[in-house]
Amino acid sequence: MASETVAPIEPKPLLAAWSLCQREIVRFLRQRNRIIGAIGQPLLFWLLFGAGMSRTFQLPGAATSAGVSFLEYYFSGTLMLIVLFTAIFATISIIEDRNEGFLQSVLAAPIPRWSMVLGKVMGGALLATLQGVLFLLLALTLKVNLGPLNFLVMAVFLLIVGIGLTSLGFLLAWRMESTQGFHAVMNLLLMPLWLLSGAFFPVPWINAQSPWSQVVMHWVMRLNPVTYAIASLREIMYWGMGDDAPLPGRGLPVEAYWSPSPVTGVVVTIAFAALMLGWACWAAAEPRSGDA
Amino acid sequence: MSLAAISIENVSYSYGARRALNDLSLQIEAGEIFVFLGPNGGGKTTLFRLLSTLAPLQAGKIDLLGFDLASQRDQVRRRIGVVFQSPSLDKKLTVAENMRQQSALYGLSGAAAREAEDRMMRRLGVIDRAGDLAEQLSGGLRRRVELAKGMIHRPQLLLLDEPSTGLDPGARSSLWEYLQRIRTEQGVTIVLTTHLLEEAEKADRIAILDEGTLVALDRPAALKASVGGDSVTITTRGDVEALAGQLRQIVTEEVRVMESAVRFESADASQLAPRIMQSLGDQIESITFGKPTLEDVFIDKTGRQYWREEASDGK
Repeated sequence: MASETVAPIEPKPLLAAWSLCQREIVRFLRQRNRIIGAIGQPLLFWLLFGAGMSRTFQLPGAATSAGVSFLEYYFSGTLMLIVLFTAIFATISIIEDRNEGFLQSVLAAPIPRWSMVLGKVMGGALLATLQGVLFLLLALTLKVNLGPLNFLVMAVFLLIVGIGLTSLGFLLAWRMESTQGFHAVMNLLLMPLWLLSGAFFPVPWINAQSPWSQVVMHWVMRLNPVTYAIASLREIMYWGMGDDAPLPGRGLPVEAYWSPSPVTGVVVTIAFAALMLGWACWAAAEPRSGDA
Repeated sequence: MSLAAISIENVSYSYGARRALNDLSLQIEAGEIFVFLGPNGGGKTTLFRLLSTLAPLQAGKIDLLGFDLASQRDQVRRRIGVVFQSPSLDKKLTVAENMRQQSALYGLSGAAAREAEDRMMRRLGVIDRAGDLAEQLSGGLRRRVELAKGMIHRPQLLLLDEPSTGLDPGARSSLWEYLQRIRTEQGVTIVLTTHLLEEAEKADRIAILDEGTLVALDRPAALKASVGGDSVTITTRGDVEALAGQLRQIVTEEVRVMESAVRFESADASQLAPRIMQSLGDQIESITFGKPTLEDVFIDKTGRQYWREEASDGK
């Protein structure tokens, strides 16, 4: 009775990616501590730093302006930290998938590797967006004023940032055998990436008289892709406020801190996400003996 | 049904300097239950990883169901079902969710996916656990869900890596019942690896792998018949070598020395017994006669005990 052996199936890469993406979200929602870890710490930092630094924090050249409170300045940085944490947790799971055996059934399936990468990255990015939005809602009840359109654009932008950071995390985690190794990378690379993005302190403005250390700091931060995401988040936050917006060259003096133009910020962020996603797909494409 | 389901030609595989497979060639016929038997470290797992498309082919050629493994990997993957030794279930998902995941990986959606998932969960008797998280299932049930997953797209060829690991005897025999049923009812070719001699007995044909080399390939009965006659094992409290020396003067067959025993195969072992007892009785602790087992086959082909170095790594 060989009639049961029907024609071979037709693989659907996007269906597989969507299913893997859903899996990320379902798994996340079943692990409550991950939600608390990813949103709780940044929120706590925001409130504590916001309260603690409010007296000492002052933007250069902004002494006379009504200025920006640290709580307000640090807001976009907190949002970025949430996205970063969520993206990191999502990509650590690729190491777990490999160690627990789940990954081998995905790799043996008739789907291209990019569909697996896309599922993982979209899952991570959606989770990051979801958490970011949750934080935005919380923040709305506190001090932050955000219009509905700004809110919406912010959510879309967070998704793009999330794609970039999850893809970066995937690249780092793909060849790793233990989650301990990932923590080392996180401390050495990912946290500095965030710290030197203008999230916590502004990119220094430089001129001919600036000391060399300031110049180095300026360029390190200027070459950091996350800087452009942070700048864009600020831009979106104050979008529609015109010249009153507390941004350099508008409500604040130009030399308050360095910031890329709005267009540059968005373009760099999108380009970074595309580049990282493409790279991750490429890196995972070829089977090697250590894959699963 | 003489078409080869799997054809392996001159396949070698190395991990750095260590050679895991050494110029392996063999054919597996469509519709047979085929076992790769060997001690851990024999190369079974490496071969399984090659056949399941997880490891890239380094040297040689493999055809699965008429498709070239190296150039038509995707065609191969559509047609084979794979059940891994380490569980591939997501423990945080329910049984039904795991099945849905597998459906999506194999291009099944909507009603077709639901139908396939229900059919497989029913067939493997896990439908009543559909809503339970995979981590709540026993080892035997998990293996059944793995099987249900592996068969969801009705593959023509099912590959299983050490499927009995961690199963109690009851679960083991129901696994074999199922394998035999899908082979008979659906004509599925079944290829599995095992290090368990008694499991290999149930196969149509057995390939014995040792240190990456094919040392024997035949039906279980034929393999055992090739050993010739009965096996005689004599254990002693005294010096094994000395006993072997004396024994060689009595019997003409080749006498092998094992750890604390000597052993030989003979066509008329029962005739020899009285003579052995007479001249060596005071040194003998026990003397055992037996029909040859697969263990005897292994010893005969490799000159080594089967169960040595059991604790060494399982690559």
